[in-house]
Amino acid sequence: MRTMFFTQAVDEAISAAMAADSRIILFGEDVPLLRRNLLVRFGPRRVRGTPISESGFLGAGVAAAMAGLRPVIEIYMVDFLGVCMDALLNHAAKVKAFSGGKWNAPIVVRSPCGGGYGDGGQHAQSLWGWLAHIPGLTVLVPSTPADAGRLMIAALKHDNPVLFLEHKLLSETWIDFLGSGGRDTVQYDVPAQGRKGTVPDDWKPLPLGKAVLRRKGKDVTIASVGVGVHRALEAAQILEIEGISAEVLDLRTVSPLDKNAVCKAVSKTGRLLVVDEDYEGFGLSGELSAKVLEAGISFKYSRVCTQTTIPYARNLEDQTLPNKERICASVRQLLG
Amino acid sequence: MPSDKWSLYALMLKSRLFEEAIAKLWHDGLISGEMHLGTGEEAIIAGVVSQLRDGDAMALDHRSTAALLMRGADPVAILHELLGRMDGLCGGKGGHMHLFFKKHLAASSGIVGASGPAAAGFALAAQHMRPNSIAVCFFGESAMNQGMLMESLNLASVWSLPVLFVCKDDGWAITTQSQKMTGGNLKLRTQGFGIPYLKVDGLNVIQVWDASHSAIHRTRSGKGPTLLHANCVHLEGHFLGYQLLKTARRPVKEMPRMAASITKSFLKLRGASWRERASGLKEVLLSVLAALHDPREDSSNDPVIRTRKILLSEPERLQQLEDQIQQEMAHVLESALEEAFS
Repeated sequence: MRTMFFTQAVDEAISAAMAADSRIILFGEDVPLLRRNLLVRFGPRRVRGTPISESGFLGAGVAAAMAGLRPVIEIYMVDFLGVCMDALLNHAAKVKAFSGGKWNAPIVVRSPCGGGYGDGGQHAQSLWGWLAHIPGLTVLVPSTPADAGRLMIAALKHDNPVLFLEHKLLSETWIDFLGSGGRDTVQYDVPAQGRKGTVPDDWKPLPLGKAVLRRKGKDVTIASVGVGVHRALEAAQILEIEGISAEVLDLRTVSPLDKNAVCKAVSKTGRLLVVDEDYEGFGLSGELSAKVLEAGISFKYSRVCTQTTIPYARNLEDQTLPNKERICASVRQLLG
Repeated sequence: MPSDKWSLYALMLKSRLFEEAIAKLWHDGLISGEMHLGTGEEAIIAGVVSQLRDGDAMALDHRSTAALLMRGADPVAILHELLGRMDGLCGGKGGHMHLFFKKHLAASSGIVGASGPAAAGFALAAQHMRPNSIAVCFFGESAMNQGMLMESLNLASVWSLPVLFVCKDDGWAITTQSQKMTGGNLKLRTQGFGIPYLKVDGLNVIQVWDASHSAIHRTRSGKGPTLLHANCVHLEGHFLGYQLLKTARRPVKEMPRMAASITKSFLKLRGASWRERASGLKEVLLSVLAALHDPREDSSNDPVIRTRKILLSEPERLQQLEDQIQQEMAHVLESALEEAFS
């Protein structure tokens, strides 16, 4: 076992996959400098920069995948998918269905997501629920370096479109590039366990759609992804002192959703709290409650999500995104 | 009406001092996230914005502070916004990339190219509701590769919308040299949409003023859009803390850090042929080397210094003006911070 930073793990996993599979190519804005380590190993034919033309290069990636390549396409931030959604919504996600299952588009869209460093509401969204809403898209939201690398390997082996969302607070490079800009005068609430951690010596894929229990408990199940998992773990520690035993389930993939793991956990604890940094309405939190209800399980339910446009001001942003105080309050209410 | 170099210089200097104060607050950690300053763009912004009047609109990009200040937004309210206060220009909700100023129909966006459709829409509303008003669209040269901006050029052309498109060209898209990612040239591209194209020296405020004066006159009188293409050098690079600029300024400290991991990766077993690897390495080195030729070392690339040189012929008047603006901006900063931390 070795230890590694989050983005370092993703880059290393991509590097290993590229060495093994010459069909994998990688492109996006500023890629020559951001992924310079891949560029000098695999050359400019396989690692290339793009103009600021997302709808063009993402759409091209979809068709290149249909024609045999396995492109990794970097979108600077998940928020910017707004300018090129057609390629995902109407094309990548539809190829398999429209072709009667005879054709597919194995692309991986790698994109930083999430807030918590004061960049304002066009640069802080999560949007995994928005993406997972579309049939045909797989949406991954890792919370640790080991999972990030192994899920990237799984994404690269998957035969259909995958969104790989890398939370900026967990990424040692994005938080420096966008958040601190090399300053030591700012501090953000970065989960240490998510930023750096042990990784396997060899990158093996994780199965897609498999949740993992990060903490055992008997009173309540807290389900989350990404940074939310770490916020839930911090809350669980506080609650333990109060005599409340909370378990934390890391979903790891938003789509496919590990329905069985959630149902199993909730049927045991009888209480489900969803912590979701994405928007509350019409998203992951509601979907989880529907899944458990459909399974005929009787349970108490609550959620801590982002309800509004994410404000720029740091104090307002901290209140808007799920935090441990809101999670603790919600759990206490569920148990009350 | 000829241009007034004194009032243009006053606008530019105010903006420069204001943004230098912002930079300090950012370095001190009082402003979070990214910070894209307009230092180096002042001649372009002043030359255009000084000619706007009530009813005109501005569609701004992620670098909007200078334009808002010059258009008359309250500098204390802007500072309070950047400090994330409820009494900020946008209640602390927007931040520097998302500044809105309804009074003068000015809206910014952090999405590259988004000022194109916004300007087209402001101009459409002007056609219906505000005769002889125009919309200005500010964007960087690499936004010219964004579909929505090209679509807006076409829309403005076929609907004969009163838009002045202003391309602020510093040659870089964050760490990418724009020319390498742009096919053909912007002149032919603009003219291909049937839009008149004017190239100006964006460091020369008088030239910008003159060119935009005739373009604005044409646009106001219903003859459709014009595109003004002005060069500039962003004095702080893409944003504060910009890595390529750090490398350029401290190569001995920054380059070895980069070199170690590149070398390790370059030598890894399995990968491209040595020829391919070498061209990958060349690409990385060339972009770093391009950054080492730092145009900021030449003070003639600073529009404020350049304009000041013209005014040196009247040293007393200049001194008086500068003293007055310095006092004014010091007062703004003082009252903004006093209220913020009282």
